[in-house]
Amino acid sequence: MNGLLGAVVDGILYSAWLFIIAVGLTLIYGVMKILNMAHGTFYAVGAYVAVTLLGWWFAQGLPPWGIVPVMILSALVAGLVLGVVVERGILARFAGRDPIVLLLVTYALFLILEDVIKLIWGVDPWIASDPLWVFGQVEFGELIYPTYNLFIVVVAAVVGGLLTWFLQFTAKGKILRAVIHDPEVSRSMGINVGRWNLIAFITGSVLAALGGAFTAPTISVVPGMGVEVVVMMFAVVVIGGLGSIPGTVVGALIVGFVRSFAVHYWPELEVFSVYAVMALVLAIRPQGLFAGVELRKI
Amino acid sequence: MNRTFTFLPPLLGGAALIALIAWFLPSWNFVLAIGLAKGLPVLGLVLLMRGGLVSFGQGLYYALGGYTVGLASQYFGLKDAAALLVISAIGSALVAFVVGLLLSRYRDIFFAMLTLALSMLLYGILVKSTELGGTDGFNVHGITLFGIPLTGADRMNGLLLLIAVCVLGAINLGLFGATAFGRLLAGVRDNEIRVEYLGASADRAVLIAYVLAAVMAALGGAMSGIIVGHIDPEMAFWATSGEFVVIAILAGTGGVLAPFVAAVVLEVVRSFAYQYAPNTWQLVLGLIILALILFLPQGLSGLVRRGPRAVNAGEKS
Repeated sequence: MNGLLGAVVDGILYSAWLFIIAVGLTLIYGVMKILNMAHGTFYAVGAYVAVTLLGWWFAQGLPPWGIVPVMILSALVAGLVLGVVVERGILARFAGRDPIVLLLVTYALFLILEDVIKLIWGVDPWIASDPLWVFGQVEFGELIYPTYNLFIVVVAAVVGGLLTWFLQFTAKGKILRAVIHDPEVSRSMGINVGRWNLIAFITGSVLAALGGAFTAPTISVVPGMGVEVVVMMFAVVVIGGLGSIPGTVVGALIVGFVRSFAVHYWPELEVFSVYAVMALVLAIRPQGLFAGVELRKI
Repeated sequence: MNRTFTFLPPLLGGAALIALIAWFLPSWNFVLAIGLAKGLPVLGLVLLMRGGLVSFGQGLYYALGGYTVGLASQYFGLKDAAALLVISAIGSALVAFVVGLLLSRYRDIFFAMLTLALSMLLYGILVKSTELGGTDGFNVHGITLFGIPLTGADRMNGLLLLIAVCVLGAINLGLFGATAFGRLLAGVRDNEIRVEYLGASADRAVLIAYVLAAVMAALGGAMSGIIVGHIDPEMAFWATSGEFVVIAILAGTGGVLAPFVAAVVLEVVRSFAYQYAPNTWQLVLGLIILALILFLPQGLSGLVRRGPRAVNAGEKS
């Protein structure tokens, strides 16, 4: 019974974590039609910035309730800097090229940023696990989790709620949906598509960094930590359908629970299971579970 | 000479040159061997790129080739390189055919991501199964060719065999490029619907190219296993496949010699880079890709060949 409960709780936590990062990836794809291979590295940068700031915070002896604002601040800083530099400095120069060329450009970015991380933070692991137990613990039956781990679910819910509210219920959101639907016609209607590209890219980057910042205290932050994240996120967004937010929710839940159950009941299949599900979904519905039908353009 | 065979003189010249370099600089033959072994998967990848397809999962077949050699020699006592290479090629062709039936329906990002997922599937299996060596992989000992030793002090023999395999692979793909299906690939890249209107099957052209690319990658992996004497799951990891993509962009889609030149050049540069700047190697690779896409979209082969119908790295013109 504890095994089942553990698998379910882990599945929820893991899905929430996947959602925060994957929704950034899908947002960038939806608006810019760029599948960002450097997304996992943005996540890693968020974690590094958070660990650095948290270390400073605790070294100053500042009160522990401040760590949540500190983590949000680190995500904003990391996401803004990366987003502006990468979008304006590099991606804007390749605008309008083939999707596959843009994929290669972001792969180059991934390689560059991985080394930039090593140059800035070195190759030794960074650890800031203090926040983990500051907020006490919760019990599910006999299972004990740090309360901190539940934050990620709250963050995921807030992120998903805000994005849905913005896209569906505000005027600006309507403009963004128009850009997602057809950038060319939007431009002819007087919408500044370039600015929306920048906004979407920054938002996506901040979300990746936010995922990294909230994960940082629970792991040791090491070079290369973004590599596996980005492949996992691809699985999530591809299962849900690229560019679809409800799809990302479903994709995150599927991947989260599949992996969590694999870890609890058949650990040998941990890595295998996620990609098997992804390959299965793609074989049946190549556009993903939730993406709309895309018209074939001649 | 028939126009189809114009690639032969530079190819044979290049092969002889590599053999000479290895003969006079024996300390370099390991680096050369690794470079050439990586050139084989890239050769196949370049073929796919002519059809506008980028596979981020050639590591799947690279690892299949390597593990075929490793498993057959470990568990069945099969030590002959020729037999091992044939088995690797046939095995990977079968796998690629089945997988390709599914994959050939996809293009662009989906093709790239599906190939990536499939190679990670194999990686997941290899890492977690102790029978296959787990994360450490295992060593491959004493592979010979008709009794001739190929490794250790006799690595030169292994390199010569590898050069022969590369030449055969290059000739094979050079000839394929001249067949109807080979010429169809450029059409698939430029305008797939028109290809179908003409009565040809774009999917079938992609499938054949994919199987050929898989065989090349498997041969590369098998030779790497034989010469390095070790195989591990990293061969199927997506970073390995990503490196093939980098080399393929560097090579461009112009010819069958360029993939090997690019692979060897990159391997030599890497052996220096690891020595002097181990933490900036990927940074250099990334900058190379960006610079190539911006300034030299046809890769190295674009420098030599300035035809009006040059082909960009996986880009629709």
